[in-house]
Parts: sequence; C-alpha cells; structure tokens
Amino acid sequence: MNNQSIKLEVGGSTACYTVPVGPVHPALKEPIRFHFDLDGEQIVGVDIKPGFAHRGIEYMGMRRNLIQTLYLSERICGICSISHPLAFTQAVENAAGIAVPPRAQYIRTIIGELERIHSHILWAGVGAHELGFDTLLHLTWNVREKCMDLLEELTGNRVDYAIPIFGGVRRDIPAEKAPLAVEALGYYKGLLDQLVDTFLHDKSIEMRTRGIGALTYDQAVELCAVGPVTRAAGVPKDVRQDMPYLAYADMDIKAITPRDLGVEPTGDVYDNIIVRLLEVAQSIEIIEFCLENLPEGEITSIPKVPALLAALKNAEGEGIGRHEAPRGEVIHYVRLVEGQDEMAAWKVKAPTYSNLMSWVPKFLGDEVADIPIIAASIDPCMCCMDRVHIADETGTTSEKTKAELVRLSREKTRRICG
Amino acid sequence: MIFGTLLKQLISRPATNPFPVKYMPKSVTGVLKKVAAGQAAIHPPVPTPKDLRGKIAYDRETCIGCGLCEKVCPARVIELYKPEGEEKNKIRMYVARCTFCAQCVDACPVNALATTEEFLLASPDRFAESLVVE
Repeated sequence: MNNQSIKLEVGGSTACYTVPVGPVHPALKEPIRFHFDLDGEQIVGVDIKPGFAHRGIEYMGMRRNLIQTLYLSERICGICSISHPLAFTQAVENAAGIAVPPRAQYIRTIIGELERIHSHILWAGVGAHELGFDTLLHLTWNVREKCMDLLEELTGNRVDYAIPIFGGVRRDIPAEKAPLAVEALGYYKGLLDQLVDTFLHDKSIEMRTRGIGALTYDQAVELCAVGPVTRAAGVPKDVRQDMPYLAYADMDIKAITPRDLGVEPTGDVYDNIIVRLLEVAQSIEIIEFCLENLPEGEITSIPKVPALLAALKNAEGEGIGRHEAPRGEVIHYVRLVEGQDEMAAWKVKAPTYSNLMSWVPKFLGDEVADIPIIAASIDPCMCCMDRVHIADETGTTSEKTKAELVRLSREKTRRICG
Repeated sequence: MIFGTLLKQLISRPATNPFPVKYMPKSVTGVLKKVAAGQAAIHPPVPTPKDLRGKIAYDRETCIGCGLCEKVCPARVIELYKPEGEEKNKIRMYVARCTFCAQCVDACPVNALATTEEFLLASPDRFAESLVVE
C-alpha cells in the first residue's frame, strides 16, 4: 500500500488528483477508505486504509469460556455465520484432541454448503445492484429466501445457526426433514440455468463487467488471493480440494475456474460471476452427496455440557482450523492452557484480509464509474477482517512501515551492543 | 423471458410477508381494539417452522439452581439469584439480550428450560414483563 502523493507536473498537460472514497460512502457496503489517484477518469494509483470496523473481537473471545466464544465466533460475520464456527471448532478440536463423529461432519458440511449457496446468490444480487440492474437484485434475493427458509427449518435460526459444538453438532437432520432439503435443491437446480442465462448472456452486464477489474494468474498467486477471486483468475486453489476436511475428503472436489464454462480466465468481474454461479451448482451436488451418504451414528462425541466444559478446561495445546468460506479461506488459530476456561490466544484470519491487496491491480487502469462493482467483486467483508485500529489519545494516528520497523530494530541492536 | 416472468408475477403471491393491515390505519390502537372486539381482521404473523429457536421458557419448580445455564450463556442473559426463604438458587432471564442459540436448553441437566415458538418480542422497554422470564 504505497502512499501515492499528488503528482503535479507544473506547466505540463497532465495533473493527477486524489479522490478519497470512504470510510462511509454510498458505494460501499461497509467502512473502508480508498484514495484514488486519477488521471481524468482513469485510476492510476490506489491506496487502501482498513481499520474502521475493528471490534476487538479476539480480545473479547479470550475473556469468555470456549462455549461462549463459539457463539461470539458466529458473530464475526453476519453472512459467514457457519464458516467462522466451523474453522473455530476444528481449531479447538485439534488443540484439545476431540474427535468428531462422521454424521456430525456431514451435517456441518451440509450447513456450510447451504451458506455458500445463499452467500453467492446474495453477492450476485449486490453485483447487479451496483450495475444499476435492480430487477435482478430483487430476483436473486427472492430466490435466496428458499435457502434461508431451509436453514431455518434445519437449524431453528435464519442466521447464526448455532449448529456446531466442539465434538459434533447440536441438531441432527432427521429423516423427515431431508425431503425439505431435496425439494429446495431441486428448486435451485431448475433455477440455475435461468440465473446463468440472465447474468452471463446479458449484453449490458457483459459490457459492464468484461475486462473490468482484471487480475492475472501471476498477480493472484503473488498477492495470495483466496476463494472465488483467485479461482476467477484461473488459479485452482480451494481448501476443500487441497486439504480436504469434514466430509469433503469423501468426495472428489475440483476447484471451479471459468475454464469449466470454456472461458479463458482473466480474473475480471465477469469471471467472478461465472465462478460464483458455478459454485452454487457445485454446492448443490455436494449437499446431495451428503444427504444420500449421511452416515448413521452419534451427532456429538461429548453430549454432556459439563463434561465438555471440563474436557476443554483440561486441554493444553494449539490448533489450527481451516475452512473454505464462500469468500475464500478462513483460518482460526487457538492456544489452550490447562486449568483455564478461556483461550490463551485466538487469531482469526478472514478471507477478505487475503483478498484486500488484489484490489490494487484490479482498480488500476479502470474508470471512476467502475469503482463500486470492482470493490464489490471480491465480496469484501470489513468487519470480518479488521483486527487493528491505530489511534492515540491526541486523536492523531501514526503508522510504522516495515522499513521503519526494521530500521528501529537494527538501531536498538546497535544501541544495546554499544 | 421477461414477459413470461411478468405474467407469472401477475398470478403468483407476493414474495414478501404481508403487513398486519394493508394500509396504515388512522389509529393503530383503534384497529387493535376492533380486532379484540372481533369487528376487524388482521393478517396473522408468519407461520413458524417446527423447532424454531424462539423465546426460552423456564420451569421454575424443576430448576435446581446449578447455574450451568448462566455459565454457558454467551450473551449473559441469565442472572442467578437466591430468592428469600428458598433453599435453591433460581434464575432470571433478560430476553432483550438473548441471541436465541438455546445453549442453555442443551446445558440444563433437569430440562427446566425449553425453546418456544414465540418470536415477536419487540418492546420499547427492555425490562417489560414479556422480556423478563423468571
């Protein structure tokens, strides 16, 4: 994030000027600050300043017992309200050595994939809205309700499902509820062709998204982009494929790239739409597989809450949990100390954190009017991501760059060693 | 395709849930009085699915006052207290804070807590009688 200053060539014909967008701006769904250096309408420099949605959630989590923190982790993100608990429970289970019965793993997978369906459809609607295509927004958000209703039927809550618990899940999917899921999946299957047709074969959408916000394969790899953003650039990266967990190890999952539709990937907004719509189809297949092959047995390995609390209190160690959230890879790191109800350390890496830097090459060269759709194309979630807010009591802020920190560190060595 | 969608929408029901009354009445309390007297009808609340996690019901007699629900509640809804002249602790729940995860229901060793299907809980007073369970 180079701080681009105003470039002014005195007497020359070109003058760049800086336009700030955000932190609070109608084009943005959540607070973040952009500085755009503009040459006419063209963006020639970008600076991103996150940190406006910092809530100190990791610190809050380290002051509660683990069961309480599980429900806090659900509230890191309103849309990924199963992705964070899935990564968090896996991290704690790894640290404490708790096994998860196969049936619970399948149920977790089903809820996780249902979340991907509703999240991608929600994103498609937001994308259409940013392009000024509000009828499509209403169509997509209308069909999304079927998925929300199904989640409410299966879990009892529309959002924040409160389904995973350490060592399993809290609610079974009984045989009488499976037909509801099959019916909803059939509904989406019938609708998918229509959605793909509306989004990908519409002239105005194609004109506004083809070649806009492009990200090359090399840039995606270099900037460590994750999720649909990197897959749209043609990088076949997917945690479910690369390091299978839960029920994903039992099936053959392939990362979706635009090549699956016969399109050479460029990483632009159009490719992002392709990847997300194809992933809805992939999620439907995964849920169907899970419902057909749902293993019999227990849904949790430690059903009694006092026993679970005791097991967690006596656990010692550290663990990492990874999950392919709708927006990309989410990682939770947890360290447990014996005899302590709270975690000793909790680190949350949300997918937007990895995708943030891919905004820079995506914005460069495009026009001011493309800012909203490019900003939306990585499906950003600021409140998931913000872990630091820099402030001091005088109200001014200061930041240390990497180079400055290295210089300070070397100076200290010299000072100590004389 | 668009004409097909338009024709379908002419005959299909609206996707959104209806408001209690179609138009804003001159007096809300007047309409409610009429409904109570059986002179007017309003749209009923949306049907809830089975096993909805709504307001938590508390069986005071069964409760043994172990305090496990208070320990696991992520939103600190539950207050444990000792009523005068009683041996066992009892709980009081401030529903305005509740996140409806129902972890307390899972934790209760004597099944004194249960989820209900009641979900219309808005009130201007967070300590209203309907929002404090004891």
